[in-house]
Amino acid sequence: MSQEQIETITVDVLWEKVAARRQQGQRLVQISATRLPEHVELTYSFDLDRVLTNLRLLLPGQDTHLPSISTIYGCAILYENEIHDLFNVQVDGLTVDFKGNFMKTSVKFPFGSVKASAVVAAATPVKAAAAAPVTLAPAAPAANPAPTASA
Amino acid sequence: MARTVIPFGPQHPVLPEPVHLDLVVEDEKVIEARPSIGFVHRGLEKLAETKDFIEFVYVAERICGICSFIHGQTYCQAIETIMNIAVPPRAVYLRTVWGELSRLHSHLLWLGLMADGMGFENLFMHTWRVREKILAIIEATTGGRVIFGSCKVGGVRRDIDAAAITRILGELNEIEKDMRGLTKILLDDNSVKARLCGVGVLTRAQAHDLGCVGPMMRASGIAQDMRQLGYAAFNEIKVEPITRTEGDSYARCAVRCGELFQSLDIIRQAFAKIPDGPVEVKVTGNPTGETITRTEQPRGEVVYHLKATGTKFLQRFRVRTPTFANLPAMLQVLPGCDLADVPMIILTIDPCISCTER
Repeated sequence: MSQEQIETITVDVLWEKVAARRQQGQRLVQISATRLPEHVELTYSFDLDRVLTNLRLLLPGQDTHLPSISTIYGCAILYENEIHDLFNVQVDGLTVDFKGNFMKTSVKFPFGSVKASAVVAAATPVKAAAAAPVTLAPAAPAANPAPTASA
Repeated sequence: MARTVIPFGPQHPVLPEPVHLDLVVEDEKVIEARPSIGFVHRGLEKLAETKDFIEFVYVAERICGICSFIHGQTYCQAIETIMNIAVPPRAVYLRTVWGELSRLHSHLLWLGLMADGMGFENLFMHTWRVREKILAIIEATTGGRVIFGSCKVGGVRRDIDAAAITRILGELNEIEKDMRGLTKILLDDNSVKARLCGVGVLTRAQAHDLGCVGPMMRASGIAQDMRQLGYAAFNEIKVEPITRTEGDSYARCAVRCGELFQSLDIIRQAFAKIPDGPVEVKVTGNPTGETITRTEQPRGEVVYHLKATGTKFLQRFRVRTPTFANLPAMLQVLPGCDLADVPMIILTIDPCISCTER
């Protein structure tokens, strides 16, 4: 179950890659965001016949903008509004924009910055440029770096 | 025709949990539904940054009070995948049994709520009477009724001995008889059909494009069930998805009725094949790595995305719950329906706001 493919991409090809998956009949499973020390990492997961594939991209940690894919996958509005409300990522071109009122959190943008403990924990930095597919396969704990975009 | 906006929820008789819809109506027809959620957002994903990953299974189990066990199981599976932990086969079978008991009590809960929602009070009470028998088995084997607390990283905390298995199998025979009677009413009664047939139709294409999961997807003709991935004991116990093609509220009810008997069959198979042996292994060290793990909850596919960097705290704990995935479809089927059908349509996605507000 952990052999799902991750293809690391840049934001300028996101639309093209997502549209191609829609064309292939893939289902949008989820969009997940992770706050890294200097970036916001996004993972777009797709399913076709129970095979999971993922697109991954990195955005700058501050003043972050992301193009919406809600015109390709209508259901993306929920994920994208959630990412805005929790991570302070400005999503451009949302077909339904809740303008920050989708998730009612007591702390505004709870994942909007990285706590010091998380900076220490995130020992393995992620590089944005690599484009080769990588897998999520973990190895023995001691020898296994975080499976990120590093080719 | 003048348009009126009618607020639906966050407190409403058919909603045990808060979600709000602004229903734009013309006369009795719904034209548009605008959702608002997040009333009870709990920030459990954030809590993973400060909670030991071994203890965090207790938090994962509390994402939902109904599909609690499978949340715990999925979390444990994800950690075990990252740490390369081989769970003993007996524990894997026990997880399968408890997962299906969880599905049974969840589906019976929903069938009862649906009967209650349409004013069929004695069907509601009869359904929940049968559900009590399932809860009694769960309580006898785990100590809990809805929060089992029996799953842990590396296995399970409790075993079920041979005498208990024999007793449970006998009880399941009685429960099956009860469920045959229940489902006959749910599927054949004219008053039930009048409220469900042709109401809230979701086509196969819509179900796919809107990212539907679980019974909502299968009722529209898509044969997909995450148990087919082969997690737990599902590599040895095969699951054939139960589907319907009508895509309406009745089809969603029928799929869940069919899955009751499917779960009974899985439990019987699991008890017939369960091997002897230990039920847990010792876990040492901290996780390093990442995984995306999917399982089939009563309401559909749940997705756990975990990232760990070698400390006892997870870097990221992300859960995409089935109700979250089914919300767009719910909004799709509401426009065009009668105002009086809104509660039934909302019920038929089996919404779990607790899951959605993780």
